[in-house]
Amino acid sequence: MAANPMTQFEVYRIGPEIKIGAFDISFTNASLFMIVSTFAILIIFNLGSKKNSLLPNKLQLLAELSYTFVSKMMSDTAGSKARPYFAFIFSLFMFVLFCNMFGMIPYTFTVTSHIIVTFMLASFIFIGVTIIGFIKHGFGYLKLFVPSGVPAILLPLIVVIEIISYLSRPISLSVRLFANMMAGHTMMKVFGGFVISLGIVGGWLPLSFSVALTGLEILVAFLQAYVFAILTCIYLNDALNLHH
Amino acid sequence: MIKKIIFQFLFFSFLLLETVFAAESGGMPQLNPEFWVSQIFWLSLTFGILYLVLSKIILPKISANLESRKTQISDNIEAADKQREESEAKLKEYEKIISKSKSEAKNIFNQVRENALKDINLKKEVLDKQINEEIKKAEDEINQLRKNAPAKINKIAIETASELTKKLIGAEINNSSISAIVDDLSKRNGDKYYDN
Repeated sequence: MAANPMTQFEVYRIGPEIKIGAFDISFTNASLFMIVSTFAILIIFNLGSKKNSLLPNKLQLLAELSYTFVSKMMSDTAGSKARPYFAFIFSLFMFVLFCNMFGMIPYTFTVTSHIIVTFMLASFIFIGVTIIGFIKHGFGYLKLFVPSGVPAILLPLIVVIEIISYLSRPISLSVRLFANMMAGHTMMKVFGGFVISLGIVGGWLPLSFSVALTGLEILVAFLQAYVFAILTCIYLNDALNLHH
Repeated sequence: MIKKIIFQFLFFSFLLLETVFAAESGGMPQLNPEFWVSQIFWLSLTFGILYLVLSKIILPKISANLESRKTQISDNIEAADKQREESEAKLKEYEKIISKSKSEAKNIFNQVRENALKDINLKKEVLDKQINEEIKKAEDEINQLRKNAPAKINKIAIETASELTKKLIGAEINNSSISAIVDDLSKRNGDKYYDN
């Protein structure tokens, strides 16, 4: 077995090498789990929305509860103006959640433990939100960097800080998810390695830690998906309703 | 069956991991840019498909399902409310009918009672009148008799006196002188004889 806890994050090619121009877009284990997550979401929600009975079955209940959960989360944080972006937030939440959860199955690959994936999602959100803000408010969107009620002397400093914090949003958003997933999985792997190396005598303590960590990681997997979606909602709220 | 699939999957993963382990070079695999483009490409593809299918097909269906359930429930509640109102109205109507018929019955009873009372009173009056008349007639008769009684008694007294004297002394006495005496007596002692 691989002793290095980082080997679980290795990306490797499955099948032949595919190249478009200079770019290697080969099918990898990351691609596999992206597709697995996507299809799992689509199958579950398709089955859950197929039949409309007054008394929903389990899948329908799951689909409808997820729908109302995301809908409520979005309307609480971003208001009713964010309605057109509901499908995006919903897909985002479900994609991150399912990728995280599939990562919890042993020997699978965690798509969201790769900085490039989370950074792509975060920068897409960042660029999208910025474009929406400028479309909705024109150059008035720049007022986001000038909070009201700040003394004039402090204003230049505050504006610089606000701009830096705004620009660091995609980094914080992506690193939060990536680091959480990576740290959790690395830790589980380390404890798993301890179980093997300490053997039947001393392996029980790390094993119990491992079990506890699995529960914690499932919680983290859900929580990080929720945080990712809710922060997106908050950024969207900034762009839609300029409050400063 | 499922057990077999899982076992095969695990075995397959072991094999893959071994191949990876051989090629491992240390450090964080996340920072190795070899497959970045591939990951970006597949992320865009899968997430794009997910977003399109969810937003165009699945989410509208779920939304419609929820909406239709909501309207169905609210419709049912509305219908129930309507029926309750209807039944309440019917109950009120029924109560109205009952109270109306009750008052009608009371009215009829009162009327009948009144009529009967009236009838009784009328009959009583007639009877009273008849009785009074009878009494009056009887009283009149009595009075008549009483009025005529002294004259008759006087006449009887005169006749008796003349008869007595004739038998006792055998002499005819003029009736007129006897009647004078009787008249005189009756005038003096009339009150004693007739308790008037």
